[in-house]
Parts: sequence; structure tokens; C-alpha cells
Amino acid sequence: MRFGVLQFPGSCDDLDALAAARRVGEAELIWHARRDLGGAEAIVVPGGFSYGDYLRAGAIARFAPAMEAVIEFARAGGLVLGICNGFQVLCEARLLPGALLGNVNLRFTSRQVRLEVLDTGTAFTGACTPGASLSIPAKHSWGRYYADEPTLDALEARGQVLLRYAPGENFNGSLRDIAGVRNERGNVFGLMPHPEHAVDELLGGSADGLRIFESMRLAAEGALA
Amino acid sequence: MSAAALELPSVEDALALGLTRAEYELVCEKQGRAPNQVELAMYSLLWSEHCAYKHSKKLLRTLPTEGRHVVMGPGENAGAVDVGGGLVCAFKVESHNHPSAVEPFQGAATGVGGILRDIFAIGARPIAVLDSLRFGEPGPAGGAGGSAQAGGAGTRARYLLDGAVAGIGHYGNSIGVPTVGGEVYFEAPYEHNCLVNAMALGLAPRERLVRSAAAGPGNALVLFGASTGRDGIGGASVLASAELDHDEQGAAAKRPTVQVGDPFEEKKLMECSLELLERGLIVSLQDLGAAGLTSSACEMASKGAVGIDLDVAAVPLREPDMQPFEIMVSESQERMLCVVEPADLDAVLALCAKWEVGGAAIGSVTDTGRMRVFADGELVGDMPVSALVDDCPLYDLRPEKPARPVYGAPAATAGVTIASAPRAILLALLSSPNLSSRRPLYEQYDSIVQSRTVRRPEQADAAVLALPDGGALAVSIDCNARRVAADPARGTIAAVLECAANLACVGAEPLGTTNNLNFGNPEKPHIAWQLTEAVRGLGEACRALQAPIVGGNVSLYNEGATGPIYPTPVIGMVGRLPDARRAGRLGFARAGDRIALAGPFSPTLPAGELAKLLGWELPDGLPELDLAAVAAAQAAVRGAVREGLLASAHDIAEGGLAVALAECCLAGGLGARVELGAEFWAAIPPVVPGPSGAPGAPGPELLAGALFGEAPGGFVLSGPAEALERLAESVPLLAIGEVGGAGLEIATGAQPIAATLDELAGAHGALAGLFG
Repeated sequence: MRFGVLQFPGSCDDLDALAAARRVGEAELIWHARRDLGGAEAIVVPGGFSYGDYLRAGAIARFAPAMEAVIEFARAGGLVLGICNGFQVLCEARLLPGALLGNVNLRFTSRQVRLEVLDTGTAFTGACTPGASLSIPAKHSWGRYYADEPTLDALEARGQVLLRYAPGENFNGSLRDIAGVRNERGNVFGLMPHPEHAVDELLGGSADGLRIFESMRLAAEGALA
Repeated sequence: MSAAALELPSVEDALALGLTRAEYELVCEKQGRAPNQVELAMYSLLWSEHCAYKHSKKLLRTLPTEGRHVVMGPGENAGAVDVGGGLVCAFKVESHNHPSAVEPFQGAATGVGGILRDIFAIGARPIAVLDSLRFGEPGPAGGAGGSAQAGGAGTRARYLLDGAVAGIGHYGNSIGVPTVGGEVYFEAPYEHNCLVNAMALGLAPRERLVRSAAAGPGNALVLFGASTGRDGIGGASVLASAELDHDEQGAAAKRPTVQVGDPFEEKKLMECSLELLERGLIVSLQDLGAAGLTSSACEMASKGAVGIDLDVAAVPLREPDMQPFEIMVSESQERMLCVVEPADLDAVLALCAKWEVGGAAIGSVTDTGRMRVFADGELVGDMPVSALVDDCPLYDLRPEKPARPVYGAPAATAGVTIASAPRAILLALLSSPNLSSRRPLYEQYDSIVQSRTVRRPEQADAAVLALPDGGALAVSIDCNARRVAADPARGTIAAVLECAANLACVGAEPLGTTNNLNFGNPEKPHIAWQLTEAVRGLGEACRALQAPIVGGNVSLYNEGATGPIYPTPVIGMVGRLPDARRAGRLGFARAGDRIALAGPFSPTLPAGELAKLLGWELPDGLPELDLAAVAAAQAAVRGAVREGLLASAHDIAEGGLAVALAECCLAGGLGARVELGAEFWAAIPPVVPGPSGAPGAPGPELLAGALFGEAPGGFVLSGPAEALERLAESVPLLAIGEVGGAGLEIATGAQPIAATLDELAGAHGALAGLFG
């Protein structure tokens, strides 16, 4: 099982995502200017400030050559995980519905949050325990999930909301406490909290984020088998 | 030379640039003629206080700089210590005080950018930032925020705090370097002159370290990174080496001398620099900071005992028609200078292109010993490197202990007196701006990126960063400047001890120290005395702890309309612990654990936080201190933490024993039952007036002194009874209670303290009100 982790100028959590992916499989960085994904079986679009994010978070990165390859890969059913800035990029690329707006407190906020897993039968949550919550850090300025009401209703009806902030944990003001959503097909998933920063008990006391990577490995290997 | 270059500036021009008449005459003597515009601009910057340390260099030479862990000492962009496993840790603290007072967001942001460049300039990847901030009193919590012009008590402090914290976060978060710790104090003397000091740490394989000395005549000089504009011209001399204007118009007029930071540009610059070093493509590297190209090129030439020819026409410009002197003194951010062998030049420029940073060969190393500046081939400046860098006159300080107090008594906080119930005093202290939780600040920082952070803010007394070999680095930054104002030597010793105590609480042994000496105008005898005494204390403490100074910075002329700042020698200390898994925590961890007071602890009220709330004047001097006994206690605590014997360890600092206990409760989410019995009262030396009653019934001053008095040397520890008994063999230790219950209860023999965790948390959360 081989992960590819995109690397844009301005990516910050790229090496963290690489290290997290390597806990469950092989992983390589993919430079933004490359148009091929080097045979990766799953893609992680990591956190950070791609190209400085001076226009709108993720708005430039979606045009990167590597993202063109990721869009094709996703259309062919490949697994794509977007974390924080990566989630923003996937929304900008229309691989995921909705958009991320500025936090309601108008500040960059870094906090460990508890997340409820709504469906443990997906390619990104299959290794999670039903009914259990995840403790994962979130850190961002633009993390308020937004979509219009009909879209939100449809997302919920189709079970596309995979993670919700537990009561009291939604500091950014995301609508319906949405922390992570998948596409309709179920092969693309984005979330604002950082699972790659919760893979080692030593660093922050939680390894819950590892379940996301483990789920992807199981799904990819299941698909291959 | 051209006719333009020969239109010589006058001595008045030199004075306007900050040189004295005598210094100008010395420049003429070194040049053998009057300097032209380019030359005068360059001399005025390199001979400024900021670049030449002309009032502090003699003092700094007295500091201990050598030790078994030191790999690189003062003089390079940053110092470095060996941390084992073939790795070194580079670290340094720097100030950006005056720019931040003029424009807090960009001033603080570029302060972070500057200190990060110092770290990667020696080949280390930045792994952490800490900050040390000082502002005036923020006024009542929950008051309106707003601009500096809006007026009202505390408005300016809140505006500066908000801007500086946002600026630090903007830069550090965007570049992917975690901000792992820091400190902020609010005191009236900083009202008109805030302090923004930033510290950075980096890691490098030992053999990757690079120095800044230019070498190899014929080698090319490459400037890479952002283009050069008119921003920040004169920053080092106009902003950093003179007192700030005392009115709003003056500050507004100086705003254009503050640089604007671009963390994305710096992120690319950092990755490019590190890859250049990794591929062995460069001979030496230097960042461009204060005084821009002038300072960087001259320092590289001076350290390598060579000359440099450079052509300003080859410098990529942000705006057209810049004058040669403007290009030489511009402080545009995010630029680096390197020396490259001619054969590697194409590869260097190609790597710059990969990272999308501009790169241009702008000159070459020569064997002339001269700094020669050309504009399109025409010589527009020609100076001996040694005159620029080494020949600035150094001044002797004229220290004189002031006959009268320099600082007025702080304004008393209404509602608390020495006779108030201890519970009321505890809650007042916890909610005071200096002691309340820093959560509203550190939540604006990414403290975990790079996956090394073992202890986040408020989890332990020091930040802890995992190393690849299973050990960890610990780092702390601190300075209680009110104590330094009361006694510059002992106050500085206390600041060094505080850092070392923080390291001990996570199990780390000091490896090295950095410092930023923030003082007023050293030409004034009482400031010269503060500076001299503080440096004496700094040297004494660092020698005793074997924590040598590996680098630092000096920021002088920090004065406002109402007088000088408190003398503020900010101390940053880096240590190592062998096992990251055993890094100590400050919060109580298990109900039923025993609580102990450990160390030689002789608390006193004067100069402490309670004294400030009560409006007491600063004392003239602090009590004598047994440095060796405190160091021994720290070693004992460090050993116990390393062995994994303790559940928690926290040093007693501002607010004394009661506040330390409350902090342990809050961090662990557990209550505590504490009893201060006869044994406790016998062990606490009655250094405060009293006792007014019989033993077991202490009077209010003794009670307050014991509960809220401050001194170096004390720790609150928790763990199993046997572990604490074992530790008592090596350090004075008193069992005082047990972890558990719904709140903090302290039986004192007189008025007790009882507060629920919610009450403690409510008081401790007061700072959030400043960010309405």
C-alpha cells in the first residue's frame, strides 16, 4: 500500500502527513509541479498555506499540475484525503461539496477537539470503533464549513458527513457541526482537524488519528485484493 | 568616481544619521577623506548601537561562553549546542521592540522572520519559536479593544498585545514552525515602549553547520530571496538605536521604517537555503537583517578577513531608480547572501529557480580587505572592511546606583488588602493579567506542526520537543523584570534560575543559554548601573548552572515619556532530557498522590505579584540567595523526574505557593487538600514582618508571605509517598497534602483557603476578556 503526499510551496504539515502514512504503509512526497502521481494508491493533500494562501485558501493550489493528476485519480475512484488546507483545496477543486469560511472568532485557533464518527463503514473510517469519538487537534483560521441548506440536507441524507464536532467543540462555527465530509462516491474525504497530528501517544496523548490512515490502507488493500 | 558620488555629505548629515561629531571625524580619518553618501550611510549603520554593540560589548565579554556542550558560541548568527545523536541545536533570542511599538503586527511578524533566518543561516532547520512580550497595563478585563488612538486605560496595551500575538502567529503558523512557549507581562513602565522578543531553535546534523565567514577570493556572492525595495531604510539606526518619539505623530512618521513580512517567501527561502547546504553548494551563508546588505556583506568579509566587490546594479529591485545607498541599506525582508564557488554558480541559481526565489550573482570575494560598491561598474563606495566592522569606538559605561527609586509604586488593585481573606487574594492573583491563563494567546499559535511537541503550553513548565534518539529538548524563556528592577544582579540571577527550574521540572539539564538585554538609555548612569549589575548576575548564574551563553542580543534606548522600561534581561535556556516519555508535567495526575513542597524556599512579599496588586513600592534590593543550594535542589528534582518517580513537578514562581498549587490543580483537573502545619511554619523563615501571633496562628503578613510570597528554589511535587520520602534524602522536602477532591483546600492554622476547580478556572480565565 503506497500513499502519495502532495507538497506545494507553503505546505506545512506535509512531512507530518508523510510520517503518519508511513506508520501504516509506504509513502512518498509528490512535488506540486509533477503531473504524475508515481503509482500512489492513495493521495493525501496536506495542511499548510499552499502558495501562501494569499488569495483564498486553496484557490491557487487547485490549479497545480499535481492537482490535475489528483482530480483524474479521484474521478477514476482513487482514495483522496484532504486535511485542513488540503480540505480547502479539494473544495476549491469541486471534488468535495461546500466551502470553508473564516472562523467565527476571526482568529487562528489551535485546540484539541473531540469528534464524533457518524459512519464507520467508509474507506476513511472503517478502522474506527462504532460509537467511539476521536481526539484530534485542529488548527486553522478558515475552518467554518459552509454549504447552502439544501446541500447540507442532501449531505446528511446521503450519509456524506463522516465527522462532527462533539458538543461544545465547534470553535470555528461550522454549519451543523460538520468537521469532515466525503464525496457522494465515497472515495474523497476532507476534514479540518489534523489526524496526522494524533498518531503517537507521546505527542499530545492521542493516537486516534491513525485510524483514518489505517482505514485508507484497509480500503485500498481490500480494493486490490 | 562620478560627480554624484563626489557631492559629499556634511557633518550635519552624519549627525542626522545618528553618528556623533567625533565618530564622523574618525570615519574621515579611516577613509583618509570625507565619506561620500554611500559610505556615510554604511558607516552610520554599522557604527550604530544595534550593529556595533558600542555600549555593551565590553560588558558582554565578561560572560561565560564555553562549556562541554557548546559547538558554536557568540559571534555567529546563532549559537549551537550538542544534543547527542550527531545533532546540534541552534538557538537565539532577538528583539523587535521599537518596530513593534510603531506597528505591532508587522513588527512582531518580522521579528519572528528575522530570528528564523538566523537559525537557518547556520544550516539548522527551525523547529520551534518562543516569544517574550511586555506591554503596559491592559486595564480592566472585558474593556473595549480598539486602536491606539481611541484612548482609555489599557487601550494601547491591548492594541499592541492583540497585534503582536496575531503577527507572531501569522508568521510562525504560515511557515510551519511551531510556537511552543513564551511569556507575557503587563507593567506600567512598558506603556510607551513595549517589548517583543522572539526566540527560535533549530536542529542540524553537526557536520552541516555553516559559518558566515566569506572565503576564497574569486568566489561569487549570490543574493537570493525577495527583491530589494525601499522598506525599512534606516531601521537599525533610526528605530533600534535611539529612544522612541514620545508622541503619536512621531510614531506615525516612523511607520515606513518598519518592514513588512511575507512568511511564504521566507518558507521558500528556508527550504532553498537548507537544500543548498544539503547539496554542499555553498561556502558560507548569512541572512540579511538589520542594515541589510551593508551589514551582511561587511560581516561576511570581516569574519573571513577578505574583501568584497559588489555591484548594486545586479541587485533585483522591487522599485526602479533606487539610489546605490538605498540598495545598500534597505531592510527588505526574506533575503539571504551566500558565497559560492564559480563552478557551482549555475547549480545554485537553478535551485533558487526550483524554489521560486530570486537569485542573482551580485559580486565577488576579493583579497583586498576592502568593501567596494559599484553601480553599473562605476565605483561609488570604497572602504576598509576593518574600519566598518571593527573600528567603531566602544564606550565605557558610567554606572552609578541611583540615589532615589527609578520607578514609582505600581497602582494598587482595588479590593485586596494584606488583611483580605487568603481565598480572595488567591482569586485576585489568579485573575491578574500577569498570572491568568495564557490560553487566549497560545491558542492563536500552531504548537504542534513538525510532530515533535511532547509538552504543549500549560502542560509543563517548559516546552518539550522529541529528538530522534528518544531523548528530548526542553526550552524555557523567562524574566521577571520587576525583580530585576528591585535588584538588577539578584533579579537576573532569579530569571536564570527560573528557566533552569522550568527545565528541571520536565527532567532536563541545561545545555546553554541565550539572552536579550532590554534596557533603557545606557548613556544615563542609572541605566548603565542596571545593565552592569544584570550582566554580572547573568554571568554568575550561568557559571553556577554550567549553562554558558552561546548567543544573544542587546536592545538599548527602551524609554518612553514616563521613563525607562524595567530592566529586562530575557533569558532563554535549552536543555536535554534522556527519555521523552518521562518528560514531567505540571498538573496533578492521580487522586491519592502525596503533595510536597521541595527546595530551599524563603518566600518574601516585596517585589512579588501580591505586592504589585497592593501597590507596594519596589524594595531596594532582594534577599541574599544561596545559588548552590538552589542548583542542588533543581538537580534533585531533575533526577526524580528522569527516574519517573513523580506524577507532577511545578516550580513556585509568581504568586507563590498557593498560586502554584492552584495551577497544578487546574492543569490536572484535580483538586488538592493541603495542610500547612507546625512543621511548615517552622520551616518558613519569618522574613516578612510578624508573626503577630503564637505558632500555629500566623498574622496576616506572615500568612500572606507564606502563601503568596516569592523566591527562587521552591517546587510543588506530587507522587507516591515512597517516592517523595526517597527524594527527601537529597533535598529539603515537606509533605503538605494529598491530591483529590473537588477543589483546592488549604488549611493554614489561621484563615483557610477553599475554592472549587470551577472558581479557580473562572479566575484564571480572566485574560479572555481582553480579546473581546
